[in-house]
Amino acid sequence: MKNDRRARIKEVADRLSAGFVSAGALPVETDSLLPADVLLDLYGEDIRARAYVTHDPLQGEQMLRPDFTVPIVQRHMSEGAEPARYTYNGNVWRKQSGGRPAEFTQVGYELFDRTDPAGADAEVFAMFSGMLAGYPLKVTTGDMGILLAAVDGLKTTDRRRAALRRHVWRPVRFVRLLERYGGMTPPPETRTALLAQVAELGAEKVLEQAGTPQGLRSEQEVLARIAVLQQDSAAAPVSSEEVQMLEQVLALKDTSTAALEQLRDMASSFPALQAPADAMEDRLKAMAARRVDVDTLPFEVSFGRTSMEYYDGFVFGFTAPDRSDLPVVASGGRYDALTRVLGQGRSIAAVGGVIRPEALVAVQEGAL
Amino acid sequence: MSLKLGIPSKGRLQEKTIDWFAQHGITVQRTGSDREYAGQVLGVDNVELVLLSAGEIPKELAAGRIHLGVTGTDLVREKMPRWSDIVAEVEPLGFGHADLVIAVPDCWVDVTTVDDLDAAAAQFRADHGFRLRIATKYHGLVRRYLSGEGVADYQLVDSQGATEGTVKNLTAEAIADITSTGDTLRANGLRILSDGLILKSQATMFASKAAEWDAVALSAWGGFAKSCGWAEKPF
Repeated sequence: MKNDRRARIKEVADRLSAGFVSAGALPVETDSLLPADVLLDLYGEDIRARAYVTHDPLQGEQMLRPDFTVPIVQRHMSEGAEPARYTYNGNVWRKQSGGRPAEFTQVGYELFDRTDPAGADAEVFAMFSGMLAGYPLKVTTGDMGILLAAVDGLKTTDRRRAALRRHVWRPVRFVRLLERYGGMTPPPETRTALLAQVAELGAEKVLEQAGTPQGLRSEQEVLARIAVLQQDSAAAPVSSEEVQMLEQVLALKDTSTAALEQLRDMASSFPALQAPADAMEDRLKAMAARRVDVDTLPFEVSFGRTSMEYYDGFVFGFTAPDRSDLPVVASGGRYDALTRVLGQGRSIAAVGGVIRPEALVAVQEGAL
Repeated sequence: MSLKLGIPSKGRLQEKTIDWFAQHGITVQRTGSDREYAGQVLGVDNVELVLLSAGEIPKELAAGRIHLGVTGTDLVREKMPRWSDIVAEVEPLGFGHADLVIAVPDCWVDVTTVDDLDAAAAQFRADHGFRLRIATKYHGLVRRYLSGEGVADYQLVDSQGATEGTVKNLTAEAIADITSTGDTLRANGLRILSDGLILKSQATMFASKAAEWDAVALSAWGGFAKSCGWAEKPF
């Protein structure tokens, strides 16, 4: 039975893969063992909790491929010409808490094209939507670019905007920062005490009294941060209108067409939302041209906020309703931010997605 | 099958465990020479004493090779994902207190909270080109805590001992470690973050849900339960 199931999963994976190839994608293979340092630097400690790390006396830490995105982006950056379309079909390994198999298949499609972002978003979404059309799945879309633009438009210090931007993917800290910047929660007592002490004695003296310096983080770095804290405590709070606007943006959830209309409304009093609204309109037009019904397509600004760090534009996900035992069946989006980090300043426009054939087969079995 | 009781094989934790049982009218004693890892339990029938290194006890509980075991809550939570499916907390024993905390150098006057640590980590990464390193042996607990707090731009580096020295040795910028009095931290010029308490741990009696609880083991449990005031069933 188990072998039958494996064969069926392979059959589904191969069929999906053939679909991507016939759409013009170049099939690519990557190593299964990847150098851990790149993935760790990119994803941070979270990846260690999810991926299998192994150690080689000569090669150092290696990771069993947790996804295909990083090796494919690296390969494209070193040798690819644009526009480029790639597809892959292979195993990935991730630690699972819910008792799901740690080894599973991913079939994906990645498109690198900087000329027409709306067209590229629409192409990828329409392709996934078409391939999954026969399955009982629920689709959701979102756009991280809207929240990022809203943060960039706040009338506050560059530092505060940067701090909020950095935590867009971590809602807990984002809210805490926003509440502090908006003056809803006071700064921690220890900080107020430090600033009072600095005002009285001067930062150098305070540092001197704190004991012998040790470690790699230098006295200059501590002094620089004290200066930042001083500036921050002198900055005016983010206005309640702007805080409300951010909350409204975060809560925006409707069909795509209706969501765009609401976004336009908000943009009339908050011009920073104009550009993402235009981008969304272009995308919806491009999607409609590919026969996606944007009048019914669900859209949520906050969709994918926690699960997909580095997605910084259009995002989408296909899930099986009433099957909380299954992972997301397919997901994807635009990840220009990731290529910027991997390319150390050099970035490419990238959008792609991935399907899990195991989940697709499970959905099919459930529907039989 | 007799009930297997796992206790630490040496040191203060063993002494305190034996004292604790004595206070409840149960005699746990080592047999043979001091170096031999063997012992017996008087006062409850059908109990087999197993002397184990404290770090091994969570593993033995998880495998069901012992029914009851004394170990720190820190070790159980660190070494067992979904620990509450595998073991039941029978009773905290009131000794072996230790806090898992995050500590930073005294000279970081600007960092007193986890929030500060996160901001310092962002700037550190920008200045040095790598993530701020936190030395620990409690990878799972520390990662879960920092992830829940939404801290970014850090990395954990493994330290199985003398963790307080890693900052001085330039192999880490901050540490997350167990402390009971904080003396070692202070002596090494380190200070606990005001909200940097990850876990309060103490020696605790755990019951394995994986062990085979047959009639004999359950009757031995009943013997303990009567003397120690535990529930009728182990979980």
